[in-house]
Amino acid sequence: MFVINCPYCGEREQSEFKAGGEAHIVRPKQPTELSDDQWAEYLFMRKNIKGIQYERWNHAHGCRKWFNMVRDTSNDKIKAVYKMGEEPPTE
Amino acid sequence: MKNKYSIFSLLKNALSYHENWEKAWKDPEPKKEYEAVIIGGGGHGLATAYYLAKKHNMKNIAVVEKGWIGGGNTGRNTTIIRSNYLWDASAGLYDHALKIWESLSQELNYNVMFSQRGVMNLAHNLQDVRDLKRRTHANRLNGIDAVYLNTEEVKKFCPIINTSQEIRYPVLGGTLQRRAGTARHDAVAWGYARGADKMGVDIIQNCEVKGIKRNGDCVEGIETTKGFIKTNKIGVVAAGHSSVIANMAGLKLPLESKPLQALVSEPVKPIIDTVVMSNAVHAYVSQSDKGELVIGAGTDDYISYSQKGSHDIVEGTLNAILELYPIFSRMRMLRQWGGIVDICPDASPIISKTSIKGLYFNCGWGTGGFKATPGSGDLFAHTIANDEPHKLNAAFNINRFVSGDLVDEHGAAAVAH
Repeated sequence: MFVINCPYCGEREQSEFKAGGEAHIVRPKQPTELSDDQWAEYLFMRKNIKGIQYERWNHAHGCRKWFNMVRDTSNDKIKAVYKMGEEPPTE
Repeated sequence: MKNKYSIFSLLKNALSYHENWEKAWKDPEPKKEYEAVIIGGGGHGLATAYYLAKKHNMKNIAVVEKGWIGGGNTGRNTTIIRSNYLWDASAGLYDHALKIWESLSQELNYNVMFSQRGVMNLAHNLQDVRDLKRRTHANRLNGIDAVYLNTEEVKKFCPIINTSQEIRYPVLGGTLQRRAGTARHDAVAWGYARGADKMGVDIIQNCEVKGIKRNGDCVEGIETTKGFIKTNKIGVVAAGHSSVIANMAGLKLPLESKPLQALVSEPVKPIIDTVVMSNAVHAYVSQSDKGELVIGAGTDDYISYSQKGSHDIVEGTLNAILELYPIFSRMRMLRQWGGIVDICPDASPIISKTSIKGLYFNCGWGTGGFKATPGSGDLFAHTIANDEPHKLNAAFNINRFVSGDLVDEHGAAAVAH
């Protein structure tokens, strides 16, 4: 249970949001060219990091916009929030 | 532990005021080298070590555990055991476990308090009714006991359920597996630990794995907080932390680790003598031998290793519990906790070799691993000892995510594991 600072709405309770998993997984540009291994990698394999993770969230019960977040999954502390299409913070 | 527990050992130890009981397992320092090392001292890991020693004659093995044995998800689950899964592969896997449960206390000479009090799964809408009827037929074809109950039969089997058709999600029916039930979760870890220790397995607690040493495509050993341990076979049974270990070996797994919560109430006199699970409203409840209601809530949808879940998840579960069991409206909840569950995209486990020789994974049990503990250990031991899966876990290989041959138990099992 934590508070998320939606880049569009400001601070709201986490229960208003839907988690969208690992961020910055790029959909393959030429899906027909991929091997089964590459498809499996894209569809299923995840870093599932304990520590600093880049992830997608959706303000499902608010503005319904998607955005990105940097969060420490070992203690749920949020490090940064940024909009879709923006470069992830390097710090 | 050399001595058997019996009425005679109890009497003998009573004479010395129970002060001279032998330790159930030793607390050894790690040796330099083992034939195999199991990472993770929960029920599944200890069972794996037990069956490696017992059935495959591998005695020079160790279980390394970051904390204390049974302190992770083994001690955090709601202890439900059942095998009424839809697909043939799952039915084979979980019923194999259930058959071992039925004689486990005798085999381990340790009372795991296995109680076949039955598990009832409720239907709240027409699709539930169809799904549960279909699953009942599938179960029977696989030799698993299952009956479908109508609303009156549900009420008769568990009279405290509110079967009014006026509530938001009325009870339209349910299924019952009478051979299903519960067991004492700690006792399962302790019983297997004692049994494995007796056969010479080293159980090393407070020993965290920090790295996996590879030589090309083979494993050579593990770096731990108690030094380097050389071994050619590593079985990883680390539940929510499976991906952390996989990353050490340079592997990626199709897992997401999420918090799953459970809670218990204050103890009361016996009121519910079975396990009732409801998928659609996500509420399941049973009563422990101490008298506490044991209630399982759902998972949060975000990845977290914090062993804490959100309050709204608990609130949602308790709303459902109160609608189904108005009699509990003034019960007070005593404790609430979270565990980290490793969830596969198809909600089925992975018991498999990997692309690295000598590295084996038993993971992805998600929210429903406890029930499979004995079968999981048995089949994983077989896989490690023979470097080949047993026919019962062949379908649960890691390559199914490449081939597409998934065992999709998401909506199809009785879910709410």
